Amino acid sequence: MPEQPQRSMIEIKNVTRSYGAFKALDDASLTIREGEFFSLLGPSGCGKTTLLRMIAGFDNPTSGSIAVGGQPMEGIPANRRPTNMVFQSYAIFPHLNVEQNVAYGLKRLKLQGGEEKRRVEEALAQVSLTGLGKRLATELSGGQRQRVALARALVMRPKVLLLDEPLSALDKKLREQMQVELRRLQQAVGITFVLVTHDQYEALAMSDRIAVMFGGKIAQVASPKEIYQRPVNRQVADFLGGMNFVKAEIVEESGASLVVDTLGFGRIKTDKPKAFVRNGGGATLGIRPERLRVLWDNATAKFEVAGKVVERHYFGEITHLIVEIPGLEKPLSVTETNDFGADDIPVGTSIRLAYDPEALVAMAD
Amino acid sequence: MTARSRFLPGGWLSAYAFLYIVFLYLPVIFLPIFSINTAPTPKFPLTGFTLQWYEDLPRTPALLDAAWNSLIVGVSASVLATVLGILAARSITRYRYPGRRAINGLIMAPLVLPEVIVAISMLLVMLQLGLSLSLFTVVLGHVLVCIPYSMTVLTSGFEGFDRSLEEASADLGESAFGTFRRVTLPMVAPAIISSLLVCFTISLDEFIIAFFLTGTEATLPIYIWGQLRFASKLPGVLALGTLLLVASFLLMTIAEILRRRAARRTQNEGGLYA
Repeated sequence: MPEQPQRSMIEIKNVTRSYGAFKALDDASLTIREGEFFSLLGPSGCGKTTLLRMIAGFDNPTSGSIAVGGQPMEGIPANRRPTNMVFQSYAIFPHLNVEQNVAYGLKRLKLQGGEEKRRVEEALAQVSLTGLGKRLATELSGGQRQRVALARALVMRPKVLLLDEPLSALDKKLREQMQVELRRLQQAVGITFVLVTHDQYEALAMSDRIAVMFGGKIAQVASPKEIYQRPVNRQVADFLGGMNFVKAEIVEESGASLVVDTLGFGRIKTDKPKAFVRNGGGATLGIRPERLRVLWDNATAKFEVAGKVVERHYFGEITHLIVEIPGLEKPLSVTETNDFGADDIPVGTSIRLAYDPEALVAMAD
Repeated sequence: MTARSRFLPGGWLSAYAFLYIVFLYLPVIFLPIFSINTAPTPKFPLTGFTLQWYEDLPRTPALLDAAWNSLIVGVSASVLATVLGILAARSITRYRYPGRRAINGLIMAPLVLPEVIVAISMLLVMLQLGLSLSLFTVVLGHVLVCIPYSMTVLTSGFEGFDRSLEEASADLGESAFGTFRRVTLPMVAPAIISSLLVCFTISLDEFIIAFFLTGTEATLPIYIWGQLRFASKLPGVLALGTLLLVASFLLMTIAEILRRRAARRTQNEGGLYA
């Protein structure tokens, strides 16, 4: 994929945040581009919220620097930064109504001639809350509060909108609806969005690019597709959904590719990941469960492995098969959609699985 | 839960509950009843209705002095106790530090210490410090007994104050002072007013500490105590007592309403609870 040259909006350089001996963020460097939807993804305690709060100005790096829109942020307090935040708890002012909440930040700008009212109306319209301006915060549903928080931040026309797990308090259906809406809103206003989330599907569905973080370090920064299909290590692969890991022995290593021998899949030639570190003569390959396909009846494929179904789990639209392959120490997970009757395969059946060698990716441990 | 257990079982338990309330409030009811009786002695049967005892009250200069003194002491003690209470309650609800619970316990302790002991100890300390007894020393004593009440009201108002509200204000461009004025203060104002009212009521009714620590100036309870020696003054005392009772009841009711409003504001916010 050719990378388009884009202007950077946020420059994070070697940022560390320590609390005593504990490093919440450890030498993180990152560039977030103008107008992109960027997600910081990781488990709780990985440093993603710390990083977001440092961009907002609620926390300061122990070392390193942060610049927003080309301007260094060191020494600039939160109230004078070109960023606005949507808080996890929404932080709607309970003593003000919806309109007053949205107009809160505009009051200080002392806008002339109905400009304030016009901007509040516009922001409420953007989040589909037109007509609810006089409601009190206590009279709103969770989804509506979320929209008020969004409108209140957007009305300030920030260079960057920061979102701290904004959807985590909503139920599943509303969350999925808001994911689509947020993405649409971001494309409409063209503001840089930085989202913090621990939900990999949320990050995959909404982002232009994702940074996956573990233990205060940034493990990988890439597009959703690349992160999902070519995770740099087992940790990233594991965090973004199911992955079958296969041990392999390196036969040949060149600049950009690897040739490996595996017990179940035979000899495979694969791209060498950038961060690949040779661990003796071994390597780890991974293949996503949906990249393995059950071969029905006499169908054949160029690449296939044979095995036996040992478990079957039904999930409505898909079925999860656990298939034992002779030679592999762990059985493979296979995900099949239920249109051809994968949900009817009895446990104990011998089956063959088709795969594309391209789907087997090498990664660091 | 079965439908039956939602109702109080009839018979014995209801009778017990009724007696319980009677025991609590019957003595208090006698006060207003005898205060509008024409006979100067509090005895049944009642002899007739009069408001004479109430009409006499404003014509008693010593009582007006005492009322003025009580007002001064009450206002000073409630303001001081509430200011100190705000600082302590904010620290206890907002920050986590070692000894937080112990400090909270120590601040609440005067609530259960025998008041006579507290009063004598304070008297000793003030005399040692060379302070002459006056309304000022009474104020100091009342601050001590009011702080636990102030703390109770204020911590319930501050508890659960979502810190991100202040952060949101800063994020929207507001300065630290502006945030305090536009967000923090309006949110906790009901709790602060509630604390002021509670402290004022406590101070207005307090006798023992005022008795030990005042010099020549009497507060209302001390004035009442002085009047009890004269049988002919009793109806006036009853009338005054009734007024104090009504005032206390009203102040405490308003205070409780405000405290609940403050607690609702700070606690039921945020999508996490929606």
